[in-house]
Amino acid sequence: MTGADDRSPTDADVCIVGAGPAGAVTAYDLARRGHDIVVLEAGERLTPEDHHRRMEMWLRPDLERNSFWLDGARDAYTSTGAIDARLNETRVKAVGGTSVHWDANTPRLHEEDFEMNTRYGVAKDWPISYDDLQPYYVRAEREIGVSGADDNPHGPPRKEPYPMEAFRPSYSDSLFAEACAELEITMASQPKAINSESYDDRSGCVGYGVCNACPSGAKYSAEVHVRKAEAEGARIVDQVQALSVEHDQTGDYVESVVYATPDGREYRQEADQFVIACGGIETPRLLLLSDSIAFPDGLANSSGAVGRYLMDHPNVTTTATLDEPTRQSNIGWVSSRSDQFYARESPGPGSYHLTFSNTAKVTYGGAQDRRAPTSPSQILDIVGNPTPDALAELATDPLNETPLGDNLDLPTTDGPPYPISIRGAGEMLPRSDNRVMLDGSRTDSHGRPVPSVDLSDGEHEQETMEHCLGVQESVLTELGAEITGVSTLDGRGMSTHHMGTTRMGTDPSDSVVNSECRTHDLENLWIASSSVFTTGGANNPTLTIIALALKAAEHIDDQL
Amino acid sequence: MTDDQHGATDSVLTRRRFFTALGGTSLAATVYEYGIGSDRSLQSATETQDSRHPASQYHIDVMTAIAEAVYPSAVSVESSFIESRVFGRVEPKPNHFENLLTSIEAVDGHSRARFGGAIPDISPGRRRKVLQSMGVTAVHPNADGTTAEQVRFYVVNDLLYALFTSPAGGELMGVDNPPGYPGGRDAYQRGPDGGER
Repeated sequence: MTGADDRSPTDADVCIVGAGPAGAVTAYDLARRGHDIVVLEAGERLTPEDHHRRMEMWLRPDLERNSFWLDGARDAYTSTGAIDARLNETRVKAVGGTSVHWDANTPRLHEEDFEMNTRYGVAKDWPISYDDLQPYYVRAEREIGVSGADDNPHGPPRKEPYPMEAFRPSYSDSLFAEACAELEITMASQPKAINSESYDDRSGCVGYGVCNACPSGAKYSAEVHVRKAEAEGARIVDQVQALSVEHDQTGDYVESVVYATPDGREYRQEADQFVIACGGIETPRLLLLSDSIAFPDGLANSSGAVGRYLMDHPNVTTTATLDEPTRQSNIGWVSSRSDQFYARESPGPGSYHLTFSNTAKVTYGGAQDRRAPTSPSQILDIVGNPTPDALAELATDPLNETPLGDNLDLPTTDGPPYPISIRGAGEMLPRSDNRVMLDGSRTDSHGRPVPSVDLSDGEHEQETMEHCLGVQESVLTELGAEITGVSTLDGRGMSTHHMGTTRMGTDPSDSVVNSECRTHDLENLWIASSSVFTTGGANNPTLTIIALALKAAEHIDDQL
Repeated sequence: MTDDQHGATDSVLTRRRFFTALGGTSLAATVYEYGIGSDRSLQSATETQDSRHPASQYHIDVMTAIAEAVYPSAVSVESSFIESRVFGRVEPKPNHFENLLTSIEAVDGHSRARFGGAIPDISPGRRRKVLQSMGVTAVHPNADGTTAEQVRFYVVNDLLYALFTSPAGGELMGVDNPPGYPGGRDAYQRGPDGGER
C-alpha cells in the first residue's frame, strides 16, 4: 500500500497523465475492468471545504478566482495571436481538472460536425461518425449525470432518454420564447451535468447560483470519477509534474513517463499502456517536450500536426435592458438554448448555438471593490499614467468616499431598467497556423519551455459570428429591449474550449491519433482529450471528451 | 483601563489559544442552513451552527454593531447572522479570521480612543464616523495593507459578502435568490407577480 504522500512509482498496467474528465473517466473505466492504474496529476486535491472557499473567491472582487490552483512560475505561457490565450483564467490544474469550475453544459456534437469535408468541402472529416460515437454519448451522460429533455428539433438524434429530467425553463426564457416564436426560432432545454434530482449519491441542485464554484456537489466534476477510480483500486498521485514521455530504442513503444515531485525528485513511471489526458494545450506541449532522435519534432509527431489546428469557440453577446422585470440571477445556469442556426449552409456562415441569459444581473462588486482615487495603489496608478480624466477625478473628488449605511453602493439596483442578454458560440475551422508551440525564450519552474499559443480568427469565424449578432439583435428588438452592448470578436480572449492540437484521422501524415485515439506513431500511446477533435463544432466539448475517453478505454482494455 | 477593556483582552487571549490549539489549520465546514425569509431581517434560522468558530462574544457584538453601520437601515442585523455567516463560514484563506479579529479590535480600539466609547455603545452614525476617521471609506481593500485597508478588506468586505449573499441583500438588489445563497430552484421560475408565466 502506498501512502498519500508517497509519490514514487508503483507497478501499473496503465499510466494516465492528467486527472481531468478524460483522465479520470479513463482511469475509472479501466480500473473497474481490473487493471492497475496510476494517474499523475500536476495539481492538488480539493476538499469539500475548498469548494466553499472557491465560492467566496468567485463572488468577491477582492479575491483572485484562480488563486486556489495557480502557480505563476509553473503555469506561465506566451500568447502571440490576435486572440488572448488567457489560459490561467480559463483552465484549472487540480484533481478534477477544468471541470472543477466548468459551467457543466453537455450538448453533444451534431452529425455534420463529423463530416464537414464531405458535406461542405471544408476542414476534414473525423474518421468516426456521430453514429459510431452515439453509444458512448449515452454512457457518458449516465456516468456524469446529465439533466435534459429530448425537445430540440435541431439537435442531434437521440435513442435513449437523459438520465434526469431537464431543469424547468426560467421566467426570462418565457420572455425570449415569445420573441423567438414571432421570428420562428425554436428554443430547447439546455442539457447539463447538474443534478435536477438526487443522482449517483449527489444531491439535486439547491440553487447556490455560483455554478463555477458549486459547493453542493450537484454539479459534476471529475473529482467524482477520481473517487470512483480510487474505489476500484486506481492510484491518483497529485502534485507531480509530468516532464517527458520516454520511448524504447525502436521508437515503437512508450516505456515511461518521467515526472517531478514537490520535493524536487524525479521518477520514472513505467506501464504497458500510456494515456495523455492534459487538455488541448498541455497535451501537445508534453509531446513537443518529449522529442528524441527518433522523434526530433516531438513525440508522436511524424505528421507535424502536434500542436497545430488549434480551435476554440468564438462567441459574442448582446446585452440589453427591458422596462419590465427580467428576473435575472436567481439561478446560476442557462436553462434554454437554440440550435436553429447550427445547421449551416455552404457557402455562408457556419454553425453556432444561442443561449439565453439567466445571469445578466451582476450581484458582486459595488462597495466591495470601489476604489478611491486617493488610495495608495490608485495614486501610484495615476502618477504612472496621469490621464486628464484621472487627474480631474482626483482634483474634484479627492476622497471619493465609499458611502455606507443607507447610501451603500450596491452591485446592482432593483430596476427598472432590467438587464437581459443573449450569447452565441460558434465553430472555428481548423487551420494549421493556429497552433501551440514551445516558447524557447521562457521556461517554467521545471526549466521547460512554456507553451506559446498562436490563435486568430479567420473570415469564416467573422462571418459566422456577424450572422449570430444579427440574430441576437432581431430577437432583442422583437422583445422590445433597448440594446446596451454588443461584443464582437475584436480583442477577444480564447474561450475555455481548447481543441484540435493532436487531431484524429486516418492518414498518419496529417493526423496524430487514429479512430481509437491511439497515436499513429507509437503502439501503446493514447490521447484522451479535446485535442483529438478533428473539428470542434459549435457545442461545448466535455461530453464528447468523455465519450471518446470511454471509447478509448475499451480499445486500451483490448490491448491488456 | 476599564472593565470592558479587560474583557476584550481576555477574549483576544482566548481566541489566540484557540488558534494555537488548532495548529493554524482552517476550521471545519459548518452547516449552511438558513431560513429564506422575505423580510429584511438577518438572523440565523437554525440551531445547526457549528459553535467552534474563532470569535468571542465580544468580537461578535462589535462586528454586529459595525454591520448596523455598514448595512442600510432597512436591514436589521441579528448577532446570530454575524456569528453564522461571517464567523461560521469556511475560512476563505489561511489566517483570514485571525486578521478579521485583529481588524475588529482595531476599529473598537479607535472608537474607544477617539469617540469616547466602545463600538456597540455609540450610534450607527457615529460608527460610520469611526470608520471614516480611520480612513476605511477612502481606501481600497487590501488584505496586506495598512490598518484602514485591512479593515476595509476584512471587516467591511466580509460584511458585504455576507449581505450580498443573503436574501435580505438580494431584496435590496431585486434578486430573490442571490448567488452564494442556496435558496432552491423556485425563484428563477417565478414571474414578477410571484407566479410562473
